[in-house]
Amino acid sequence: MSNPAIDAAFADEPAFIPYLAAGDPSYEASLEYVEALARGGADIIELGLPFSEPIAEGSTIQNAIVRSLQGGMTVGRYFEFVTDLDVDVPVVCMTYYNLIYQYGDESGPEPFVRKAKSVGIDGFVVPDLPAEEADPLREACDRHGLDLVFIVAPTTDDERLDRLVSLSSGYLYIQARLGVTGARDDVSNETTSSLDRLADYDIPKAVGFGIKTGEHARDIIAGGADGIIVGSALVDIIAEGTETDSPTEEPAAELESLCQELKAGALEGAQ
Amino acid sequence: MPETDTTFGDYGGQYVPEALMPAIEELTDAYERYVLANEDGFMDEFRERIHDFGGRPTPLQRADNLSERYDRDIYLKREDLLHGGAHKLNNALGQVLLAKYMGKERIIAETGAGQHGTATAMAAAHLDMPCEIYMGRRDVNRQRPNVFRMRINGAEVNPVDIGRGTLKEAISETMRDWATTVENTHYVIGSIVGPAPFPAMVRDFHRIISEETRRQTREQYGRLPDSVVACAGGGSNTMGIFADFTSDSPFSTAPDSNTDADEDVSLFAVEAGGSSLDVDEERGVAPNSASLSTGSEGVLHGARTKLLQNTDGQIMESHSVSSGLDYAGVGPELAKLVDDDRVTPVNVDDDAALEAFHRFSQEEGIIPALETAHAFAFLETDADLGEFVVVNVSGRGDKDLEAALEETAKRDLPNAPTMEVFDE
Repeated sequence: MSNPAIDAAFADEPAFIPYLAAGDPSYEASLEYVEALARGGADIIELGLPFSEPIAEGSTIQNAIVRSLQGGMTVGRYFEFVTDLDVDVPVVCMTYYNLIYQYGDESGPEPFVRKAKSVGIDGFVVPDLPAEEADPLREACDRHGLDLVFIVAPTTDDERLDRLVSLSSGYLYIQARLGVTGARDDVSNETTSSLDRLADYDIPKAVGFGIKTGEHARDIIAGGADGIIVGSALVDIIAEGTETDSPTEEPAAELESLCQELKAGALEGAQ
Repeated sequence: MPETDTTFGDYGGQYVPEALMPAIEELTDAYERYVLANEDGFMDEFRERIHDFGGRPTPLQRADNLSERYDRDIYLKREDLLHGGAHKLNNALGQVLLAKYMGKERIIAETGAGQHGTATAMAAAHLDMPCEIYMGRRDVNRQRPNVFRMRINGAEVNPVDIGRGTLKEAISETMRDWATTVENTHYVIGSIVGPAPFPAMVRDFHRIISEETRRQTREQYGRLPDSVVACAGGGSNTMGIFADFTSDSPFSTAPDSNTDADEDVSLFAVEAGGSSLDVDEERGVAPNSASLSTGSEGVLHGARTKLLQNTDGQIMESHSVSSGLDYAGVGPELAKLVDDDRVTPVNVDDDAALEAFHRFSQEEGIIPALETAHAFAFLETDADLGEFVVVNVSGRGDKDLEAALEETAKRDLPNAPTMEVFDE
């Protein structure tokens, strides 16, 4: 079972999936930045709910999380943020398990999922939740019709891959390279071998970790991916805008234009 | 799929990124074969090396002056006499040796006070493995002598600038390195924390402390102690000396074990009360490191355990005068033993720990680590410790001299020496 809005995002053409941390660097500015992603052609938005110990993130997103938390982001404010957000594409919440767990009760993580659904969230990516620990969240997502997206790493062997595919709904997040998130100058050839291994599985495959240009996007889609996930390259724009104290419109325009480039690259790769 | 249980009751588990899971599976397999089943004589080699290189067994010594002061028999388990000056070598040597058996080519580790970093650097030099240590910037500044020691043993030291620059950030950063280099690198985690199998495996390398303590108390005193007291941050020295007094250890079927007698041994885990047990939810600061005493259940660094966190689940910045206790989490096995009422969590504040640091130095001629000083400060309380008490001297205080004198100068401690000898 998977969420129809997310299925639709992959239906006709490759999905472009940008990520930003909600509330970076402030609630109001971040609303504008996330809406710029949608204007730039986002098919799904991965919206980070910041956690103080983001062990899977490189320095770019760690700094975004610090800015967001310093700007007053909390779990409650995050749900308000999603409610206030004026976009017409599905939103996937990317966060760490402790925040989901603390919102829960004896029944497990269900209260978080229920609340997420009520504000319009369509799915989750939880980087520190491997298949081994995922059953309670998987069940809660099934109950509410939300997707739970698992990450496939270059180190994932075939046995684990089968298990991840059977647990995952919506799409699979293909980690393009070992390590943490962060924009890179080249696209890893680990990506191609991951995509080859996955060709026979009937679930959309979105590739992330390191993508920053339209050319990367084109190559990855041409290599067999169904979508691209881009985070750090976009967060860099906000970091710079924050550092130079630019008016919100400027980074927002840059975000929109980089999104257009990435989306165009993805479409070109699908030709 | 490995069969080992990954949890301790409600605690433990494996909350790590998928990229690390294959390495965790590989490590679980190696733990079961080499550590639990002594395949290829691994544990024999470990015991030989911790004896010859490490200097085990460490003595159990009667503290005559403290015994008189408290009117009970106080014995010291002298882990400060282990090579390197702390219990940390047991685990570091065990894991670096295991990494060699697993065919890994590189060692990484985090360190707080620098004791685990120096132990890992020594073990890596001893076993000829390249080694990189991650250490929070604040700890680098608080523990300079240990940074020098790591560098002199040939290890790289990478300061971590994110956050408050203490153990929590160092662990996160080491996990990030491991996520990048997992194929040829072993992460020597420094305490009984992290994803399974680390908490059980680290305990098993340290349990030699409790094995010796049981034998030595029987030989020297004719029976097991009434109480065992150890400081607890992450909890590795704590579980090291508690392990064979609890029934959960896979080794508790040791020939001399006697579960009934063990149940009569009280186990006290002394946490850092810091400057206060109150938390500042607004600023996300808990000015202590008392996660067993005051924490709540949550997920951090790969395990479900007791944590210092706010209501959302954001991890608090902890505090202790002692870097080695300055951590917002604690080993999942200790969390379970506390819930089971097998271990009693207690805490003492910064002031009491410093006072105990000076008292112990003067009365027994042993300068303790500031971590260890917390265990001695607890002796001042009126807890029911019985006639015969063993205190784990988890480490010596040479690394802390600068910090201890600086912190002492800020306070009016009745028993602190002045440093006026330096005045013109």
